[in-house]
Amino acid sequence: MKSNKTLQNLEEVTIRFAGDSGDGMQLTGTQFTNTTAILGNDLSTLPDYPAEIRAPQGTTSGVSGFQIHFGSTEIHTPGDSCDVLVAMNAAALKVNIGSLVKGGSIIANSDGFSDKNLRLAGYASNPLKDGSLDEYQLFEVDITKLTTIALQEMNLPNKLVDRSKNFFSLGMMYWMYNRPTEPTIKWLEEKFANKPEIRDANIRVLKAGWNYSETTEIFKVRYEVSAAKLEPGTYRNITGNQATAWGMMAAAQKAGIDLFLGSYPITPASEILHELSLHKDFGVKTFQAEDEIAGITSAIGASFAGALGTTTTSGPGLALKTEALGLAVMVELPLIVVNVQRGGPSTGLPTKTEQADLLQAIYGRNGEAPIPVIAASTPSDCFYAVYESARIALKYMTPVICLTDGYLGNGSEPWLIPNFESLPAIPTNIPTNPVGFFPYSRNNYTLSRPWAIPGTPGLEHRIGGLEKKELIGTVNYEPLNHERMIHLRAEKINRIAYEIPDAYIEGDPEGNILVVGWGSTYGAIKTAVQQLRIKGKSISHLHLRYLNPLQKNLGNLLSRFKTIIIPELNLGQLIKILQSAYPIRAIGINKVQGLPFRAEEIEKKIEELF
Amino acid sequence: MKTPIQDIPMFDKNASQPRYTPKDFQSDQEVRWCPGCGDYSILAQAQRIMPEIGIPKHQIVFVSGIGCSSRFPYYMNTYGFHGIHGRAAAIASGVKLAQPSLSVWVVTGDGDGMSIGGNHLIHLLRRNIDINVLLFNNQIYGLTKGQYSPTSEKGKITKSTPFGSIDYPFNPISLALGASATFAARTLDRDPKHLYTILKRAVEHKGTSFIEIYQNCSVFNDGTFFQFTEKETKDDSIVLLEHGKPLIFGKEKDKGIILDGFTPKVVTLSDGKFSVNDLLVHNENDTTLSFILSDMTYNTNLPRPIGVFLSIDRPTYEDEMDEQIRIAQKKRGIGNIQQLLHSGETWTIQ
Repeated sequence: MKSNKTLQNLEEVTIRFAGDSGDGMQLTGTQFTNTTAILGNDLSTLPDYPAEIRAPQGTTSGVSGFQIHFGSTEIHTPGDSCDVLVAMNAAALKVNIGSLVKGGSIIANSDGFSDKNLRLAGYASNPLKDGSLDEYQLFEVDITKLTTIALQEMNLPNKLVDRSKNFFSLGMMYWMYNRPTEPTIKWLEEKFANKPEIRDANIRVLKAGWNYSETTEIFKVRYEVSAAKLEPGTYRNITGNQATAWGMMAAAQKAGIDLFLGSYPITPASEILHELSLHKDFGVKTFQAEDEIAGITSAIGASFAGALGTTTTSGPGLALKTEALGLAVMVELPLIVVNVQRGGPSTGLPTKTEQADLLQAIYGRNGEAPIPVIAASTPSDCFYAVYESARIALKYMTPVICLTDGYLGNGSEPWLIPNFESLPAIPTNIPTNPVGFFPYSRNNYTLSRPWAIPGTPGLEHRIGGLEKKELIGTVNYEPLNHERMIHLRAEKINRIAYEIPDAYIEGDPEGNILVVGWGSTYGAIKTAVQQLRIKGKSISHLHLRYLNPLQKNLGNLLSRFKTIIIPELNLGQLIKILQSAYPIRAIGINKVQGLPFRAEEIEKKIEELF
Repeated sequence: MKTPIQDIPMFDKNASQPRYTPKDFQSDQEVRWCPGCGDYSILAQAQRIMPEIGIPKHQIVFVSGIGCSSRFPYYMNTYGFHGIHGRAAAIASGVKLAQPSLSVWVVTGDGDGMSIGGNHLIHLLRRNIDINVLLFNNQIYGLTKGQYSPTSEKGKITKSTPFGSIDYPFNPISLALGASATFAARTLDRDPKHLYTILKRAVEHKGTSFIEIYQNCSVFNDGTFFQFTEKETKDDSIVLLEHGKPLIFGKEKDKGIILDGFTPKVVTLSDGKFSVNDLLVHNENDTTLSFILSDMTYNTNLPRPIGVFLSIDRPTYEDEMDEQIRIAQKKRGIGNIQQLLHSGETWTIQ
C-alpha cells in the first residue's frame, strides 16, 4: 500500500502494544517484529504478559504488553522507555503510562475507556478527557467501532469481530512506521488457510487500520526508520527459547548422536519443549515427563544409552532436579540442563525475568559436585551458549547448566544465520574395544571418562550414585579413594578453563571502571557503557559467558581497573563469586523487580557513584 | 541422525547365539545382602533365566533406585545403573526410549517403587514402555533399618511406629492395574519355579511388565510371607492363577473360588454343593476380572492370589514414538539443520 503523507526520518523507535491478555497483543507485537526484521532494522523485543491465562477482563492484572525497539543503528535492548504506547483499554494505559517518554504518543482505543473500564482500571476520571495526558500526544481512535464497521458486511459473530481489533492497531502502526502489510497478510493466509472467515476478517481489519490512518487527518506525519548497517549475510528473527532448541539440535547432529529431551512444562521454558517436539524429522525424541525429576532422570538414562540427554526448566524446577544433578556428576554422563530463570524464590514471578539462580546453579547440590555453568547474553546467543554447553558436556562427560532467563527466552532479535559446517566440532569418546576397558579410566588431559554405551559387546559395566573405585568404577568406601575421586571430579571441571576462550574487554583494556556482567544484562550494560564513554568516562565492559569454571585470564583483567561494578538482577551473586575467587572488592548494582535493567538505570547509577 | 551404536553389530536372532550359562551373568562383585535374604533367590532366578531369553548380555540393562533390592544391578554382569531413590522407572524410561532395542529391567522395592518413586512407577505403567519391573515387596524398610513401608500392614509395630502403623497399605497389584498396567503378576521368592515362570512371562510380554515379588527380609520382617510360602500353610493360603483354569486351592485341592455377583467367595468341593464347573475360571486378558482378583489380596477370608493377574496387548510408547519419527522423516525427509535455520522469514544484507 502506498501513502501520500510526508515521511520523517528517525534513527530508532520503541513501541509498546498493550491490552487485555485476550486482546492478542503478543501476536500483534510478533507480527510487527517480523515485518520490521524483514525491512533490515536491528531490533530487540520484550514481551510482558501476566501469569494468569485470562485474568479478569479490563483489570490492571490482566494487562499484556509487547515492546519492540528498532532502529537503523545497533540495538542492544528492547528500549528503556517507549516512544509510542498503543493502549487497547484504560487498564493498559494505567499500567504502561509510566514507561512512555514525555511527549510520546498514545494511541488509545476510546471504546476501552468506558465507565466500567475506568472503574476496573482504578481511574476516578477519564484520562483521555481530563487533561492528565497533556504532556503526551494523544490520539483517540475508536478501534472497536471501526473494526465493527470494517467487518459489517461479513456478518461475523461479535466475538470474532472483537478478536480482530488488534489487527486494526497493527495496521495503524504499519502505516505510521512505513512498514508493508504484505508479510502479515501472507502469514494470515498460511495460518488460517482452513479458516477463511478468520483470515479474511483479519486481513480486512489490518487494511482498514492502515487506510484509516492514511485517509483521516488524525495523523499528520509518518516515520521512516532505515535499515541498519548490519554485517552482510542472511538474517532471521529468533527468540531465545527457539535458539536454545535449535542449538541443541545442531549440537547433537554435529556430534553424530540422537537428541533426547526429558522435560516437564514450566513457564518460561516450555517453548523449548514445544519447539523440539516439532522436529521429529530430525529424530529428536521429546518426552514430556511426569515431573521435573523424571525430566532430568530420563535424560540421564538416555545419556547412559548413548543419546545427548537434555532437560529444560526454570528455577523451581532446577531445585527439584538437584539430587539428580549430583547423580549426573557422580556417574559422569553428558547432560544439558537449561534453566530459563524467572523471578523467585518459590513460585515467585513465573512470567518475569531474574538472574537469581546463579548460586543455585553453581553450588546447589549436596556434596562436592562441581558443574560447569554457561550463560547466554542475548536471545540469539542462546543458540551458541547451549551448543557450547553440549560440546563441554560431551567432551568432559559432565552435566552442564546453561542459564538463560525469561527475558532472553521470550525476547527476540535479528540473527545472522550461522553456517552449520563452520560450527565447532563436537568430539565424543565412545569406546568399542573391550581390551583394556575400564569405565572410569580417564583421558590424561581432560580427565574425562569413556562413554561405553549399552549395546556394545564386552563393555558391560555398572554405574551409580555410590562412590566408586578410581579407574575400575566398582563401589568403594575407602577414605583415600573417596578423597581422590572428589579431587578428580573437581579437577576435571577446573581443566575446562584451559581450553575455553579468554575473557575479553569491550572498551579500553585498563582504566578507572570495569563493569562486569553476565547473562541477559549484556545489552543494557553495553548501551550504558557506550553512553558513559561518549561522555568521556574511563569505563569498559566485560561480560562473562563462563561462570564455572571462570576463565583463566579473568583475574588479570579485573586487576587492571580501579573500580569494578557488577550489575545483576539479584541481590549480588556474581559479586560473591568474583570476590571469593580474586582479591577484589566490587560494587553491585542490583535490581529485583522481575524486569530487565534499563540502560539508563545503569548509566545513572554509575554517574551517581563516580 | 546417526547413532554411534549403529556401528555396533546388532544381535541377530537367526545367527548363532552366544551360549551363556547363569555364571556368565554373575558379576565379579561380592553379593552383600544379609544371610537368608529373599533377594538371593530372586538374583539366582534372574541369572538362570537370562541365558534363555535369547538376548546377548550387552543388550541388557538393569536399572535400580535405592534400597536393599536396588543393589541388584551390581551383581548382574550386564549393563547396570544404580540410580537415586525412587527414580529407577524414570531413568529406565530414558534408557529404553533412547535405545529401544535394549532389554531393560527395573529392580525396585516397596519403598523405592511405591513411596518415593510412586509417581514414576504409575506413569511408566500407563505409558506401557517395554520394561520389566521387579518390585521386591518385603513390607518393610530394610536398608534404613526397619521402618514401616507403604505395604506394611495396619497396626505394624516398627521403629517409627512404636504404637502401630495407622497407614493403610498399598496393594501393589491394584496400584499397577489402576495405573493401566498391561501385565501384572505376583510371585514368591521362596518358590523359585514359579518365580522363574513369571520372569519368563515378563520377558515375553511386550509393554511394561509389573511383577510383585513377595520377598522375605530375614532381619527386620522375618516370616512376613511364610503363611504363603511355607509348606505347612501355603496350599490353604494361596490360590494359583492360571489362564483358562478354575481357581482351585487347598492341600487336598478341595476348595475353590466362585463369583457371587462381583464378589469372590470360597466354596468347598467335597460336600457335593459345588463342583469344579461352578468355579471362577481365570482369564488373564480380562481387565475387570483382574481388579476383582487383586482385590482379594487383603481379605483374610480369601486365599492370596499368586500368578499373572493380567496380560493384555497395547501399543508400546517407544513403538509409537519411533512411528511418529518414521512418518515425519518419510513426509519431510531427514531433517537438515541448515534448512531449518533458514526456514520461515529471512532477509539478506549485502
